[in-house]
Amino acid sequence: MKRLFPILSILTAIFLAYALYQAWWVAPTDAQQGDVYRIIYYHVPSAWTAFLLFFINFIASIQYLASAKPSTRTAAKWIVTVVGVVGVIACFLPAVQRLIPAGMRPSAVATTVLLIPIFYFVIGWLFPGDRLDVLAVTTAEVGVVFCTIVLVTGPIWARPVWGIWWAPGDIRLTSTLVLWLIYVSYLVLRRFSNSAQTQLLAAALAVFGALDVPLVYFSIWFFRTQHPQPVIGGGGSMDPHMLHTLLISWMAFLCFAFLVCWSRFRLELLHREIEEAHAMESLAGAAAGASLPLSRSVR
Amino acid sequence: MNAVKFLIAAYVATWVIHGVYLGSLVRRFRRLRREEREVGKGK
Repeated sequence: MKRLFPILSILTAIFLAYALYQAWWVAPTDAQQGDVYRIIYYHVPSAWTAFLLFFINFIASIQYLASAKPSTRTAAKWIVTVVGVVGVIACFLPAVQRLIPAGMRPSAVATTVLLIPIFYFVIGWLFPGDRLDVLAVTTAEVGVVFCTIVLVTGPIWARPVWGIWWAPGDIRLTSTLVLWLIYVSYLVLRRFSNSAQTQLLAAALAVFGALDVPLVYFSIWFFRTQHPQPVIGGGGSMDPHMLHTLLISWMAFLCFAFLVCWSRFRLELLHREIEEAHAMESLAGAAAGASLPLSRSVR
Repeated sequence: MNAVKFLIAAYVATWVIHGVYLGSLVRRFRRLRREEREVGKGK
């Protein structure tokens, strides 16, 4: 594993350089915006990566909350399975299809719904026990970094195109800012609270915070906003070369996010190991002070 | 031409944010490794 990380880092760096080359020199110039539109190749992949990381955080938090008792764990498994099956079937019913925004394919919605049980079981299998909580804090922190990039590159793009840095009251912009604030508060809670209930409280906050993600994503479908209407999966059109470059850029950022998450995950594990060692030292010190054998005092 | 400055600014800002975050991860790793050695000595 230690050898794999540098190899993957070099491959990701090459991939990112290739994505940059595609974005700057291969993708055609936009007829209306000129070259400044190329911000899309960093802004949109960062947003999609942040959404994916917050989604993983949501699934890991639900798993962590459900793992408190065997009965809730079983109930959660059944609920997630039912949500997946019913959700996929519902997407193809005419009554439900009328609720799906114009231009959005029911099969795309069904696939997204299907990802909930798939992610739930895969994450539960790969990250047993307390590792779910480690995964939750990892994805929240890296997700906040990507969301910060969205909030910084968005106004830089808006200024030359809209003539303003920020559109006050715009639901896409405001909901993204709220999403960022929710996850920053999640990280602040985890950083500064020493209560035994911190992990449970943080998991509950993450579940409610994740509800903002669909609001951010669908806001441009349901509301009239300053932010452009969707050009992918929303009935709009995009030059195939531009779309190709956008997807390459997203893949490169996904690889980069994976490596950053891997590092953050290892950091969190190391942090917990040291905390445990400190706790054991304190116990040993207390046991020695009370002249008790350590084995008895730990029990 | 002026718009290209915004394009460069967005790309630079992205990598500055990633760089700052990666730097914070490296700093935290170093601090924990040091603590790990200290805990090891105490045993």
